[in-house]
Amino acid sequence: MNKVRYERPVIKKLETGMPNKFGTRMDYEPLTHIDGHSVAKMLKDYGSPLFVISERIIRSNIKKAKRAFETRYPKVQFAWSYKTNYLNAICNIFHQEGSWAEVVSGFEYDKAINLGVDGRKIIFNGPNKSELDLTKAINNDSLIHIDHLDELYTITELAETLNKRPRVAIRVNMDTGVYPMWDRFGFNYENGQAWDALNKIMHSGKMELVGLHCHIGTFMLSPHAYGVAATKLAELALSIEQKFKHEIKYIDLGGGFASKNTLKGSYLPGTDTSPSFNDFAEAISTALLNSNFQKDKLPLLVLETGRALIDEAGYLLGTVISNKRSSTGRRNTILDIGVNILFTSYWYDHKITPAQPFTQYTEDTCVYGPLCMNIDVIRESTSLPLLNKGEHVVIHSVGAYNMTQWMQFITLRPNVVLIDAEEKLHLIRDKESLENMNNMEKIPEHLRKIN
Amino acid sequence: MKLRKNVAVSEAGLLFNPVLGESFSVNPIGVEILKLIREDKSVDQISHTILEKYNTDKATFEKDYHDFIGILYNHNLIETNEETND
Repeated sequence: MNKVRYERPVIKKLETGMPNKFGTRMDYEPLTHIDGHSVAKMLKDYGSPLFVISERIIRSNIKKAKRAFETRYPKVQFAWSYKTNYLNAICNIFHQEGSWAEVVSGFEYDKAINLGVDGRKIIFNGPNKSELDLTKAINNDSLIHIDHLDELYTITELAETLNKRPRVAIRVNMDTGVYPMWDRFGFNYENGQAWDALNKIMHSGKMELVGLHCHIGTFMLSPHAYGVAATKLAELALSIEQKFKHEIKYIDLGGGFASKNTLKGSYLPGTDTSPSFNDFAEAISTALLNSNFQKDKLPLLVLETGRALIDEAGYLLGTVISNKRSSTGRRNTILDIGVNILFTSYWYDHKITPAQPFTQYTEDTCVYGPLCMNIDVIRESTSLPLLNKGEHVVIHSVGAYNMTQWMQFITLRPNVVLIDAEEKLHLIRDKESLENMNNMEKIPEHLRKIN
Repeated sequence: MKLRKNVAVSEAGLLFNPVLGESFSVNPIGVEILKLIREDKSVDQISHTILEKYNTDKATFEKDYHDFIGILYNHNLIETNEETND
């Protein structure tokens, strides 16, 4: 005889109209399959937890973003932000879609070169570029975005030593009316640092000033701020043209577009509040088209958006380890997904969906990870359907930053699989093993024996 | 252990405690358990009945059962021993 699916008994006090920090229930259907693949089967085959990335969603997102900008502005180029997710397979999806590489370290630079990216299509950002990194970038004719004066002087010296003319831009920081204002990277617009740096570059004659770059913040919910930034960069470009008769080839508005995730403390979910690509494209394109560039001299618009292109393509599958109660009677559920692999749970209220059928009954729940650390909290308060030990959950929109900022801490990092556009499954990163970790360590002779 | 006499439980899972004027929502398996408690069934009998019908194991059910009873106590829905002795 087939038995009925078990659900633990629950009783919930009805409190009409009372404020509730746990919020209302978000899900009405389980997520049993991702792009045609059973969640339970994937977990059985590849272990739990497991990152799953949908190539279909990535390609769909990049197409949407391109359409939004290319229908409004004549010259647009996307550059894939490596730090958002630099798994080789993921980078190559973006490169196949025509994106350049945007890197912020020698490690990322080498990664792009190893993947076969043309050096001239690598944008090298960030405050820490060693002389060796810069030498490689200069020899490969990459686009070097200067962050500070020390770097500017180093590049000037290298240009002489190498007898090359590096292609450079400067990163400009500015007040776009949003708080907090990011001013730790690049040269400030308002106090004249940026203009000073541009003059130094132009007067040195050692470098070719090809672009202007800014990156005004992260998870930006205001498209208007990008319009302000585009206007200010356009003014700088036009000032250079007027003073030095030198044409700036591109304006790089950086990244920072918000994804559909929900920031902690937000009243409404990100799906309701995050601007679309069309909103950002409208603000940026309008600012550039309304500036004083001549029609045939509009600069190339470069965009380095990462998060908004990949966040929703990533899923993290996991398993319930236990249900227990806190001292106050609150329901606590422990998953095998810790903050060490879900770094973004520090700033997002990630959506969690059961991977098997459930009823309409929910419990106000605090979701913990498996780490023996008090900070390991995935959701402080959410209204979850009743999950039994051993059942599966899917955490949504984890594609950005988790597979780069993850830590080998207490547990080992799990497998990552990609479901391609034809719904074929590929393992794109092996889970770690004790052997991997031990291979990097050395024990001095006198510490080899413990007995 | 007894459910308070004046506590009303509907088949649809609505529980009302007239003493405190509080209402609760109970899921179907919870309603079944409350019914068995009303029928003075022992823990073992309740466990047996549930395991016959539902796809779970004894350890899981007993853990969840005791958790459920704990919440009933917290909400003052169970008569205490002193009250029962009276």
